[in-house]
Amino acid sequence: MGKKLLLEKVHIEGIRHYDVYRREGGYRSVEKALKMQPNDIVEEVKKSGLRGRGGAGFPTGMKWSFLAKPDGVPRYLVCNADESEPGTFKDRYLMEFIPHILIEGMIVASFALGSNTNYIYIRGEYDWVTDILENAIAEAKQNGWLGKNIQGSGFDLEMYVQRGAGAYICGEETALLESLEGKRGNPRIKPPFPAVKGLWGCPTVVNNVETLAAVVPIINEGGEAYAQIGVGKSTGTKLISACGNINKPGIYEIDMTISVEEFIYSDEYCGGIPNGKKLKACIPGGSSVPILPANLLLTTAKGEKRLMNYESLSDGGFATGSMMGSGGFIVLDEDQCIVRHTYSLARFYRHESCGQCSPCREGTGWMEKILLSIESGKGKMSDIDLLWDIQRKIEGNTICPLGDAAAWPVAASIRHFRDEFEWHVNNPEKCLTENFGLRHYADPIYVAGS
Amino acid sequence: MIQFNETSLKKVAEIIARYPEGKQKSALLPVLHMAQVEFGGWLAVPVMDYVATLLQIEPIEVYEVASFYSMYNLKPVGKYLFEVCQTGPCMLNGSDNIIDYIKQKLNIGVGETTADGMFTLKTVECLGACGYAPMMQFGKTYREHLTKEKVDSIIEECRAKAN
Repeated sequence: MGKKLLLEKVHIEGIRHYDVYRREGGYRSVEKALKMQPNDIVEEVKKSGLRGRGGAGFPTGMKWSFLAKPDGVPRYLVCNADESEPGTFKDRYLMEFIPHILIEGMIVASFALGSNTNYIYIRGEYDWVTDILENAIAEAKQNGWLGKNIQGSGFDLEMYVQRGAGAYICGEETALLESLEGKRGNPRIKPPFPAVKGLWGCPTVVNNVETLAAVVPIINEGGEAYAQIGVGKSTGTKLISACGNINKPGIYEIDMTISVEEFIYSDEYCGGIPNGKKLKACIPGGSSVPILPANLLLTTAKGEKRLMNYESLSDGGFATGSMMGSGGFIVLDEDQCIVRHTYSLARFYRHESCGQCSPCREGTGWMEKILLSIESGKGKMSDIDLLWDIQRKIEGNTICPLGDAAAWPVAASIRHFRDEFEWHVNNPEKCLTENFGLRHYADPIYVAGS
Repeated sequence: MIQFNETSLKKVAEIIARYPEGKQKSALLPVLHMAQVEFGGWLAVPVMDYVATLLQIEPIEVYEVASFYSMYNLKPVGKYLFEVCQTGPCMLNGSDNIIDYIKQKLNIGVGETTADGMFTLKTVECLGACGYAPMMQFGKTYREHLTKEKVDSIIEECRAKAN
């Protein structure tokens, strides 16, 4: 069993409430931080090697150090709780069951950044989670951890929860800020970056829920101790939300040294695939990252065991690798149809495109239509090349990464499963009732303790 | 006349106070959520105009936001709204069957409301409950691990509540 930093205490009864959380050592990091110099906190986070847990994996300490500090201008810390990447449901778990760890991390981060106002932008559908957070904030305030002169330090901080209203794009940080300003979630052109011009034109840091929660163990144990967990540039622990065709879907905190094979087949984690089915493919980091067939998922092109960390998951680039992304781990068994699944994701991106950039607005709709036509047995062989062509013309040609996120799943499906697309075209009737199934993809079987 | 009750007006003032002076437009999303709950489950034009007046912004600023976000209903919906997720992970776990079953059981299509005005069926994209699929949003919370039997009992629960 790996070390747990965020979920260690999640099963303690009543941990959702202040009294129990405090009794279990909660808010110690704030006590410690308030006695530190703000810049030393930033340095500690840099030392920890913590990388943004929302998907991009950008070093958090570095992001903090970019924050502009002009005199007389307020600075904002905004928590990105707009978790909407298909396959990702880890932030909800943290906020729902141990909300104080987020609040604690945000207080420390705000002290480090010199921010006196925080907003937690949560996806609108998490309505009941909003209530849980607001209760927790009220408890923290009653106990002197928020409001004026926190614990006699002279530091003031107010924290508010703002609900979105159903738009994946608001997980992109500048779209989130637009939304928080009461507008449509259209991403902004960068630069300027939020660190210079963010919320209402003021310097702003936007961090994911899990990232801010990770600040707590970093301050408690020290950045170096945190960096010793994991491997290489994948330090600390990562929450993985596992779903799809597995026996034990749910949230797992891993220390990024375990293999993908162990993660899928071990009883400690996903517990293998139901009904004795074989593994066909997996999207390891949320729906935007490239899908990998079983053989490339479990072993890199170099023949090494693939591990659950940033470097190993992306080993081989997009040709033979994928990405850690948000940790949304989606497993597909042998009965799943890649064309149908890709169609479902293409529909998602068409629905969620904000419509600002033509390549994304038009391209996502074309991809959805072509995929549906192939899936319904009405596709032509040239459609496969057309799909490839469209995704290439979206990637890199949009203001925000939603374009890339829409292009990559289509590209990877064709790259690795072209034969399945061709089979649909060649078998227009059969493909309506039968699945291509598992052909030449390897199916290693995990042996406990191996 | 369209007007929030006293409690809601107090809440609106409280929300506006969360932002710097002059930035009351930031309250738009939360206030639209409140308006939708208070004024019949959807946002009619007069309701949006009222919100514009309340926040001292132009009506168009409200319309463009209301039409952008999927949680705002721009036409009437039934007393109970079933919003079933159909994205990849839910699809892998049989969301298509659940959607078909609800259609057949309530005799409506996606986006339609039953003749008695009780139920509306909507399909939605990923709600962040992929490990508990198939699922749907039902009011303030989620109903997860859906089966045909669960759908039956949710429908009965609604009918019992309505009587």
